[in-house]
Amino acid sequence: MKILVCISSVPDTTTKINFTNNNTEFSTSGVQFIINPNDEFGLTKALQIKESNAGSTVTVMHVGLSNNDPIIRKSLAIGADDAVRINTTANDPIQVANEIAHYIKENPFDLIITGKESIDYNGAVVPHALGELLKIPSVSPCTGLEINEGEALITGVVDGGKEELSAKLPLIVGSQKGLVEESELRIPNMRGIMQARSKPLNVVEAKKSDATQKIINYDKPPQKAACKLIDANNVEELVSLLQNEAKVI
Amino acid sequence: MSVLIYIEHTNGIIKKNALEAASFGIGFAEKTGSTAKGIIIGNITDEEIKKLGSVGLNSVLKIEGYEYLNHQKVSAIVSEIAENENASTVIFCGSSEGKASGSRLAIKINSGIITEVVDLPSSTAPVTLKKKAFSGKGFANVELARDKNIIVISTNSFGVHLRQVDCSIETISTSKDDDSLNHKSFDRNTEGISLPDAELVVSAGRGLKGGENWGIIEDLANALGAATACSKPVSDIGWRPHHEHVGQTGIAISPNLYIAIGISGAIQHLAGVSSSKTIVVINTDSEAPFFKAADYGIVGDAFEVVPKLTDAIKSAKG
Ligand SMILES: Cc1cc2nc3c(=O)[nH]c(=O)nc-3n(C[C@H](O)[C@H](O)[C@H](O)COP(=O)(O)OP(=O)(O)OC[C@H]3O[C@@H](n4cnc5c(N)ncnc54)[C@H](O)[C@@H]3O)c2cc1C
Ligand SMILES: Nc1ncnc2c1ncn2[C@@H]1O[C@H](COP(=O)(O)O)[C@@H](O)[C@H]1O
Repeated sequence: MKILVCISSVPDTTTKINFTNNNTEFSTSGVQFIINPNDEFGLTKALQIKESNAGSTVTVMHVGLSNNDPIIRKSLAIGADDAVRINTTANDPIQVANEIAHYIKENPFDLIITGKESIDYNGAVVPHALGELLKIPSVSPCTGLEINEGEALITGVVDGGKEELSAKLPLIVGSQKGLVEESELRIPNMRGIMQARSKPLNVVEAKKSDATQKIINYDKPPQKAACKLIDANNVEELVSLLQNEAKVI
Repeated sequence: MSVLIYIEHTNGIIKKNALEAASFGIGFAEKTGSTAKGIIIGNITDEEIKKLGSVGLNSVLKIEGYEYLNHQKVSAIVSEIAENENASTVIFCGSSEGKASGSRLAIKINSGIITEVVDLPSSTAPVTLKKKAFSGKGFANVELARDKNIIVISTNSFGVHLRQVDCSIETISTSKDDDSLNHKSFDRNTEGISLPDAELVVSAGRGLKGGENWGIIEDLANALGAATACSKPVSDIGWRPHHEHVGQTGIAISPNLYIAIGISGAIQHLAGVSSSKTIVVINTDSEAPFFKAADYGIVGDAFEVVPKLTDAIKSAKG
């Protein structure tokens, strides 16, 4: 089975978000970029599928510039076989989906795994837009996947519950925690890191699709007023504040 | 030029975030000088559909005959209607299904798409919208480049705005469908209130010390009519189900009230809850970072404070 795992590069989850240049730019100073956490679950799942299906390969896909090569190398060190980077700045999810779809049309895969969303712009668009561009089914968020002879059994998350689905490959799933557990995530070891250096990272030129949107500037959430502390023996006061001041109950 | 609003329902009951999408759509149509129509698919009574009149929606297209829906079917059906109605904007609520259907539809009708939108456009030429970014740690103001767009709103940000009108229903049929996903079964979360939809949420963390201690959390949630949530380690250990995990890597929520009990307030947790309208923190440690993000706080032991709070709420509610 040929598996493609799409990864995006996002600020580490502990990052304090700041904007510069009159709030027109996200300040990357001191920010560490990591593999989007949702994608890491997907990468682990891909490696597990590969291990139980002899002859399978796992390719990592990233749309971005060479400054993101470290996260691609990390994916290779974790165990992916090779990687493709489409050399362009990723600006909007439709553009990213178009670029990836263009590549897949020429280089088909049986299973395509993305994250359910990237934690920076929280689009949640790429998996389904890609599915539509390739005219194949997409299930995202996905917390369960079993593949038997070209037929997939999939658990999809819908608001308020879970749905069991089946579909024929090729298929796209959008991973999140639950597709594999956190304890199953893999950390690159020394051997993996050494091997990653010689694994292929193919850089392909972008197709250059038009941008569908442009960020003009950013805002931070309004500052909260200081927290009102209420005595632990006076919970009635809290109830009254919630009723009369906050008016939420 | 028209604005279409896709209305989600669960087993024939219109979802609250669908009412919010309708409110947004009506505001959007007013700002852009166009008309708004709702689209509703599946088994639902006219009486229920007419409730959309309460938020100002006066026209709904009803498509019968679909027992079961998923995002692929929805996007196929809505694409046909969008073409017939010459729609320039299609609005979805911020559920997983809304984002999924919108994304597929964007490709079908060759439009742009923006998700997590929190407010009406600040400008309409070009349409400029504010969306949540960095898991609620910031907002981006985004200019849309295409003249056709899908807008997926962020749940509980715009709100439901009441203004009663009469709602007329036109039943239509469509020819499009998509059968590439086979439905096997649904597994609805327990009887409780669905977390992404909930207006009130009671959430607890590792401070509760064990899954067996969640009775006091459930009692408080029941007294309020709230949904329950938890921090990530709590669902990782298995004290609570995964679907209750909120935060940067769990689900993001923005209820009117979020009560955080025995949760320290790590940045990844805050990322999923900090846009809640009112935050109450109960924690033994007065230095817990969560107090900085809270509106109201009690420094105290959950095992003493929570039962008292439950009683106080019961008596206040009579
Ligand atoms: C990549 C990544 C992603 C993450 N994503 C998330 C996420 O999405 N969501 C999330 O929640 N976390 C996430 N985390 C974990 C996060 O960093 C914290 O570790 C986690 O939120 C802590 O959970 P907690 O507050 O329940 O536990 P603790 O940090 O252990 O806090 C327990 C709190 O309970 C208080 N307490 C103890 N006893 C009592 C008592 N009797 N009464 C009242 N209070 C008491 C303590 O003072 C303390 O403040 C993520 C971490 C990483 C690295
Ligand atoms: N620049 C990118 N390169 C490769 N994959 C991406 C890129 N951006 C997004 N993705 C994939 O699409 C998923 C959803 O992203 P988004 O729609 O941006 O929230 C991510 O989890 C990735 O798997």
